[in-house]
Amino acid sequence: MKQWEVVIGIETHVQLSTRAKIFSGSSTAFGAAPNLQANAVDVALPGVLPVLNKGAVACAIRFGLAVGGEVAPRSVFARKNYFYPDLPKGYQISQYELPVVRGGSLPIQVGENEKTISLTRAHLEEDAGKSLHEGLGAAAQGRSGIDLNRAGTPLLEIVTEPDMRSAAEAVAYARALHALVRWIGICDGNMQEGSFRCDANVSVRPAGESRLGTRREIKNLNSFRFMQQAIDYEVRWQIATIEDGGCIEQATVLFDPASGETRAMRSKEDAHDYRYFPDPDLLPLVIDRQWIEQVRADLPELPAARRERLMTDGGLSAYDARVLTASLDLANYYEATVAAAGTENAKACANWVMVDLAARLNREDREIGESPISATQLGGLIARIADGTISTNMARKVFDELCSGGHGASADEIIARQGLQQISDSGALTALVDELLAANPGMVAEFRSGKEKAFNALVGQVMKATRGQANPQRVSELLRQKLG
Amino acid sequence: MIELSLTDIAQALASRRISSVELTRIYLDRIARLDPQLNAFITVEPERSLAQARAADDRLARGETQALTGIPIAHKDIFCARDWLTTCGSKMLSNFVSPYDAAVISRFEQAGAVLLGKTNMDEFAMGSSTETSCHGPTANPWALDRVPGGSSGGSAAAVAARLAPAATGTDTGGSIRQPAALCNLSGMKPTYGVVSRYGMIAFASSLDQAGPLARSAADCAVLLNCMAGFDERDSTSLDRPREDFARELTAAAASRPLAGVRIGLPQQFFGEGCSPDVMQLVEAAIAEYRQLGADTVPVSLPSMDLSVAAYYVIAPAEASSNLARFDGVRYGYRAPAYTDLTDMYCKSRAQGFGAEVKRRILVGTYVLSHGYYDAYYLQAQRIRRLIANDFAEAFRQCDVILGPTSPSTAFRLGERAADPVQMYLSDIYTIAVNLAGLPAISIPCGFADGLPAGLQLIGNYFTEARLLNVAHRYQQVTDWHRQRPAGHA
Repeated sequence: MKQWEVVIGIETHVQLSTRAKIFSGSSTAFGAAPNLQANAVDVALPGVLPVLNKGAVACAIRFGLAVGGEVAPRSVFARKNYFYPDLPKGYQISQYELPVVRGGSLPIQVGENEKTISLTRAHLEEDAGKSLHEGLGAAAQGRSGIDLNRAGTPLLEIVTEPDMRSAAEAVAYARALHALVRWIGICDGNMQEGSFRCDANVSVRPAGESRLGTRREIKNLNSFRFMQQAIDYEVRWQIATIEDGGCIEQATVLFDPASGETRAMRSKEDAHDYRYFPDPDLLPLVIDRQWIEQVRADLPELPAARRERLMTDGGLSAYDARVLTASLDLANYYEATVAAAGTENAKACANWVMVDLAARLNREDREIGESPISATQLGGLIARIADGTISTNMARKVFDELCSGGHGASADEIIARQGLQQISDSGALTALVDELLAANPGMVAEFRSGKEKAFNALVGQVMKATRGQANPQRVSELLRQKLG
Repeated sequence: MIELSLTDIAQALASRRISSVELTRIYLDRIARLDPQLNAFITVEPERSLAQARAADDRLARGETQALTGIPIAHKDIFCARDWLTTCGSKMLSNFVSPYDAAVISRFEQAGAVLLGKTNMDEFAMGSSTETSCHGPTANPWALDRVPGGSSGGSAAAVAARLAPAATGTDTGGSIRQPAALCNLSGMKPTYGVVSRYGMIAFASSLDQAGPLARSAADCAVLLNCMAGFDERDSTSLDRPREDFARELTAAAASRPLAGVRIGLPQQFFGEGCSPDVMQLVEAAIAEYRQLGADTVPVSLPSMDLSVAAYYVIAPAEASSNLARFDGVRYGYRAPAYTDLTDMYCKSRAQGFGAEVKRRILVGTYVLSHGYYDAYYLQAQRIRRLIANDFAEAFRQCDVILGPTSPSTAFRLGERAADPVQMYLSDIYTIAVNLAGLPAISIPCGFADGLPAGLQLIGNYFTEARLLNVAHRYQQVTDWHRQRPAGHA
């Protein structure tokens, strides 16, 4: 059987986190009643004009710098003309020939393999409104409604080269991009609300063939799981179609999560002629060096650099560094924990954040930003384990205490309040050990006759007598001394 | 009273020799009496205008006077005015009451002016005769069987017949200057970006510019002082220091007030295409200018004969997109019966737009289409640059360019309606100015067979003050602009 190679390119619409729309002063907040966030410009009254929101441009510059692309010193807004009821002007303001960002790349990881996906471009545009066909009530009499709240919301459309070779790579790219746009603070990443939507261009070709096969574009993938399913299905369908002697026709398709299938929405024949031309209402977008440098100065340390630093400074493994840089919030939390615990405890901090805290957050379905325990609290706790004040077991109790209602309290306060300090003091422990040996001659005899189990039982007795506070290592040492 | 300059009217109001209500009544009465034969106005709302006049009188009584306090001004129906019907001469907007004020309307209101009414115009400003209006054609007060020019023909006819002291217009390819020429008025198109386009219904965004239509250059200066200014709501509006456009007009009259001014005469303005009687009047004006001390120098605008062709690619292209919003979905005309969405679009637009608008939408859609864009739209943009370069070169040799405004005097109603190319050639001398974005003014320069002819003066960017002065000095020594059509007493 013939080997097939899958070729995928992704276009992503990233909704930018500006307070106002891209060409009007209306709010972009999600969830308002229909049409309450649409002003004269959004409704496209006669005579109104667009005015560019510089905040959206700053987001585009941020992105360009983050992916190492070229921020164009001059780019042009163009009109994309088509009729649709939720497109009030009859055209969408976008960028066509001269986009604001050219090139750049994004590293992805699939299993153990690293790969770099090249970006073609990123351009600014406005979102359309929404057509509502359901839930309008009886008064609607079967008619559709138009909600223009979303019309004019700023989008950055990010386009890749056809660099991905599997659904897994496509998903890895989408995840990496999703993490990056949130990391640099240009998008809230909320996929349910449509803040991050992907279109996947999928084609297949015989292995070794250099020409690209005919592609079909899967529109509006709003979850990573759907992306995986949709591409898997599409690839199987395309291969089966070709192997059955058919050929692929260029088309736009939609993924139906219920059936798990893709189906054609429109073919190339009924593709629109968008009649792009430069928007005469807007001047070319000029971005000078100074603006770029200003944005650069404001840019957080990027994930790759942060990973590198965590490995060098904290001695973390590549895996740990990757997990801890999944989001800016997580990385910042981790570093704040280390700051409180001391750099020498970086590895322990990583474990606590990745294991204990992650489990807790997972159980309570919370984001790191909503952690019930602050990084300072957690770092303080880890410091007390490291200096031997409490045992790891005790620390878990303090951790739970801090998580459930220990607001504002520090680990030290809880340790002191509940008397949880570990007893490492030789004088106190020696007396206890002597008392115990005297009271349990049978166990001592068993140990002496070679039963190692009896030793553990003796340690257990000391721990019990101290309600777990004795330093088990010190207890062992003392017992061995006494029995040796 | 109706022959006073705007400055004199302002003084009469300030000194309480007349009230704004009295003045406004004079014009409302004239409109009621004379407009039925002209059809210069689309909307007149006497009570609202009088309410504004009363408010102006209150301010005048308190001594709060600004340049235009209490003066009634007519506005082209292309400007959105809050709570006023704003139709743009189209059935498509025949029911559109604007919820907001255009920048121009706001500026007149802030200057204290009274909104006298909304004037007739070619549908969406597409035309040179005011015949494409859905409200019917406007007649030229100088000859009722002739056109007033267009597209700002309603404003021009209103001022010429003394139905308004002054009016606003818009000029995309000559729509202020040509009606000014055909109605014996002074009309100015400022440098692109000097007057905000916010709230002015777009025809061709890169060419549209609002300006004044008045009885003299001095009045134009007063109006431009009100209209001009940066507006952050229009991205193409220019952020420039405020200037007094009348500043050069106040210099004392001298025997040779224009000594040192170089007037360029482009050979392309003086070749074929212009009717001999108009050309004779223009030649006489040149002689007058030499008397005023100006020097004349020959210049050339070699790409000018391409301007009409380039204009009729660029303007329709932009219009086809600008008019896409009129789809019957949110406001404006919607066909009464339709079967589905596409049918609603098709019927609403088929019934709501007139023939000339449809022609331009079709042309514009065509030239932007895939495969034609480079050959038409890009090529036209290249010509546009060549034309701007021609002017830049000419302005190295002169300060002002002079020529006819329109190749003929007013033509008969219906005469060119069936021949769009003949109609388009009415704007042969004005279009290049819009393509280059330059300021220009048309002023009266005499009569041929009882019909007025216009003289066009074109300046370099931002030389409105000088252009107005060059026009004003001519008007100080001639009285063409004081002539008034008979039969409109």
